[in-house]
Amino acid sequence: MIGIENLGDVISVHDAESVRQGFIKRVWHKPLGMISVTYLVVVIVACALASLIAPYNPLTQDLASFQQGPSLAHLLGTDSLGRDVLSRLLFGGQATLIGVAEASLTASVIGITLGLIAGYFGGWFDRLVGRIVDLIMSLPTIIILLSVIIIFNQSMLSAMVTYGFLGSMAVLRVVRGGTLAAREEQFVAAAKVSGLSNRQIIVRHIVPRVAGPIIVQISIFSSSALVVQAGLSFLGLGIAPPAPSWGGLIEEAQQVLLGDPWLLVPSGLIVALTVLALGLFGDAVRDTTHERWSSGGGFSRKLSLKHTSQASEHSTDNSEMPIGAVLSVRDLSIARGSGRVSVDVVSGINFDLFPGEKVGVVGESGCGKTLTMLAIMGLLPKGLFVTSGTLRIRGKNYSLSDPKSLAGLRGTEVGMIFQQPVPSLDPAFRVGHQLDEVIRQHFGISRRQAREKTLELLGRVSLDAEVIYKKYPSELSGGMAQRVAIARALAGNPSVLIADEPTTALDVSIQAEVLQLIRNLVESTTMSVILVTHDWGVIADMCDRALVLYAGQIVEVAEISELWNHARHPYSFELLKANPHFAERGKPLPTIDGRVPEPGQRPVGCYYSPRCKVSSEDCDLGAIPMVSFGHDSNQMARCIHSERLASSVGES
Amino acid sequence: MAKLILNRVISSIPLLFVVSIVTFVLEAIVPGNAARSIAGTSLPPAQYEALRVKLGLNLPLWKQYELWIERLLHGSLGTSLFTNQPVVTELNSRLPVTLVLVAGVFVVCTTIGVLLGTLSSIHEGRLGKALDALSMVGLSLPNFWVALVFISIFAISLKVLPATGYTYFTQSPMEWLKGIILPIAALALAPITIIAKQTRDAMLDALGGTYIRSLRACGISERSIIWKHALKNAAIPVVTIIGVVMIVTLSATVFIEAAFVLPGLGSLAVQATEQHDLPVIEGIALYFTLITVAVNLLVDVAYGWLNPKVRVS
Repeated sequence: MIGIENLGDVISVHDAESVRQGFIKRVWHKPLGMISVTYLVVVIVACALASLIAPYNPLTQDLASFQQGPSLAHLLGTDSLGRDVLSRLLFGGQATLIGVAEASLTASVIGITLGLIAGYFGGWFDRLVGRIVDLIMSLPTIIILLSVIIIFNQSMLSAMVTYGFLGSMAVLRVVRGGTLAAREEQFVAAAKVSGLSNRQIIVRHIVPRVAGPIIVQISIFSSSALVVQAGLSFLGLGIAPPAPSWGGLIEEAQQVLLGDPWLLVPSGLIVALTVLALGLFGDAVRDTTHERWSSGGGFSRKLSLKHTSQASEHSTDNSEMPIGAVLSVRDLSIARGSGRVSVDVVSGINFDLFPGEKVGVVGESGCGKTLTMLAIMGLLPKGLFVTSGTLRIRGKNYSLSDPKSLAGLRGTEVGMIFQQPVPSLDPAFRVGHQLDEVIRQHFGISRRQAREKTLELLGRVSLDAEVIYKKYPSELSGGMAQRVAIARALAGNPSVLIADEPTTALDVSIQAEVLQLIRNLVESTTMSVILVTHDWGVIADMCDRALVLYAGQIVEVAEISELWNHARHPYSFELLKANPHFAERGKPLPTIDGRVPEPGQRPVGCYYSPRCKVSSEDCDLGAIPMVSFGHDSNQMARCIHSERLASSVGES
Repeated sequence: MAKLILNRVISSIPLLFVVSIVTFVLEAIVPGNAARSIAGTSLPPAQYEALRVKLGLNLPLWKQYELWIERLLHGSLGTSLFTNQPVVTELNSRLPVTLVLVAGVFVVCTTIGVLLGTLSSIHEGRLGKALDALSMVGLSLPNFWVALVFISIFAISLKVLPATGYTYFTQSPMEWLKGIILPIAALALAPITIIAKQTRDAMLDALGGTYIRSLRACGISERSIIWKHALKNAAIPVVTIIGVVMIVTLSATVFIEAAFVLPGLGSLAVQATEQHDLPVIEGIALYFTLITVAVNLLVDVAYGWLNPKVRVS
């Protein structure tokens, strides 16, 4: 057991020291990081040593060889006075880079200091600084620089220091934001408890945490300072000719644009490449910082992908699809990941839905209920895809692994409502507009006709149509939003409605109303319903049949009464027992021990076997097929011990 | 909505004061002063003193500021030290050119930027990489250099567009259009890539929204989902960045107007700097600030239009 003081130290060591070391190395190991750092170092060193390595004096004129292109004598050619361009670039870099350094230093000192103080201490100082930053950032930077140049008589130093001051505000913002976030971290709280002074906390805990963003921001600022420095020299307001500077060289190129366009190339490229290098360096640092603070997530992802696809037992009972069914699914399997490292999430789903039938889908979270429904809609989220499966709707077959082919079914053949009612409405448009659009999409009628239909639909879901029509989703309660969502799902007269836990996110008092509404709507039509739920009460109330899913497989299909009286799969049996409706007064609610196995970590044989009370060695030998029971029953279960379970839950 | 605009206008008043005070404070801390800058060191003391009195520089700083504000309220920004013209007259004659450039950049970079960004959010792969590469180029080339390259290619080599100068619309609409193409292109290059990248990020974010899945589940067409629903929901960060980019563009006109010799506020600023004409620079600072305030105001109005929550409350 570590005391809290020690805890602070342990964390501080972890955060400040071990993480910091290797940071530079990791930036260096990124290709773009390495290239940009190398470039910057080479340019800075070359310019600093200009007087040693430059082949010519930058001011020496040689009128005999003016405006020459690149040659061995003049690697980058000569200008209109015959001066060597390479030498002028090297010497000009000194003035330019010193200007950038002045601005960056000013911006760093002011921005970091004030940002740390404002972010760490907060309060009135933070608010005051915030106001000032807003004000200064709205100032016309270049015009301010021009007035500084007037007042300080062409002094580049004062212009760059002023630019640094104006730019420090952006640095300040970033530092303040980072500090604010770091201050809320646990290790800072621990450090405070352990009695470190504010100064120590800032230096040892906060600064390492915000160092990455600071470096990124300063490299961005440096590149802008470079452009401004070059720009002022280009305008003839900075370094006075004939002294060379990068911007001045561009200005000289402008003078001879007609006769010697070549001069534009070296002068522009040196600025552009340096700006690019600063930008790429910033990117590399930012990427490294991101890796550093989110390495945990990457690890767990790798872990789950390590196990490759288990030999999926693609279902044996690929029976004929019954002619009367409105919707049939055959051999639906869903995988996660990509290419070779995919993992089966849902496998071998088969079921049929008949006109007017209401089927419940149950199972614990993570069993694939919602994914199965989304696959039928062709709406699986990124990273999940259907590996096999056929959907038959009203006699026509569709491939589930081709989501695009399913687009035409949505809304007209199959409608769906979701768990979260408010977020499932577009926040940017009025309710009426959204319903109108769906109706017009399906029926191609005029705006006015669509509006009438919308109002009628809103009335059918027991809403005050005229009022709700004009509301934005953010103005609706969960219950109202779910009614709107139901109206929208029904707008295209679908033959099947999929309701994915439609009441889970609602207040208990509203749940019954919404369920009653769905029941009323369904009973007045021949629409079939698939109801995904956790609630046996809802199933008992509304459904004719139930599908029990476990770990991505259907483990039992049965009429509700059969399931109640003779659950044939131990999972259904335990799930029913865990239902609060059957709970005995005064006794704890029974639960199923263990957890649903993660995709990729499922057993070879029966997926439920590790948690099963009746499992035997046979269960783990291989995949278990679905088995039918009797001629007069449609009940099927994926269990080799189902006969041992043939007693009702109530009696156990 | 009216309240929103009023709030923004009121909150921008301090900004205007800051701009004017900043220029005055700069004057106060200056070694020497404006009169010395204008006159140089060669002027006899008596004439120098006369110049100081003429400029009001013998008065205490707060008094000078008071006078400046008083004149400002009467719509005057003083007279140019160089041309003796009222500053306001000079600025107003220059303003349209700068506004044409800024408005042109706005139209070009918003259309192309949003289009590019949206398309690359749908086709992330190749188009996304192309956009990344383009934005690296767009952000690292200094715009005044790009301007010279454009002149060199389109005016000098191909001879299809004028190299420098400005034709007023009333003189010849065609020549006017030809004259602003290159300046606007040079100014818009970086903004296009910035807006495109922001649009892509915001679109990817919006397309991941729960309501997008529900809209698809209702059978709404992909075209409407992308260009109407996702784009409107992605618009707020895009509008924010457009505002920022337009303010940066305003500053960039200083360089571009100089490169293309356009008679706008930017080139006037450079000229005034060369001539040490402080009243003109102060006037331009004020105009630039007012344009900045106007841009921010438009951004706020756009927020209100895009986000129902802002409008309702």
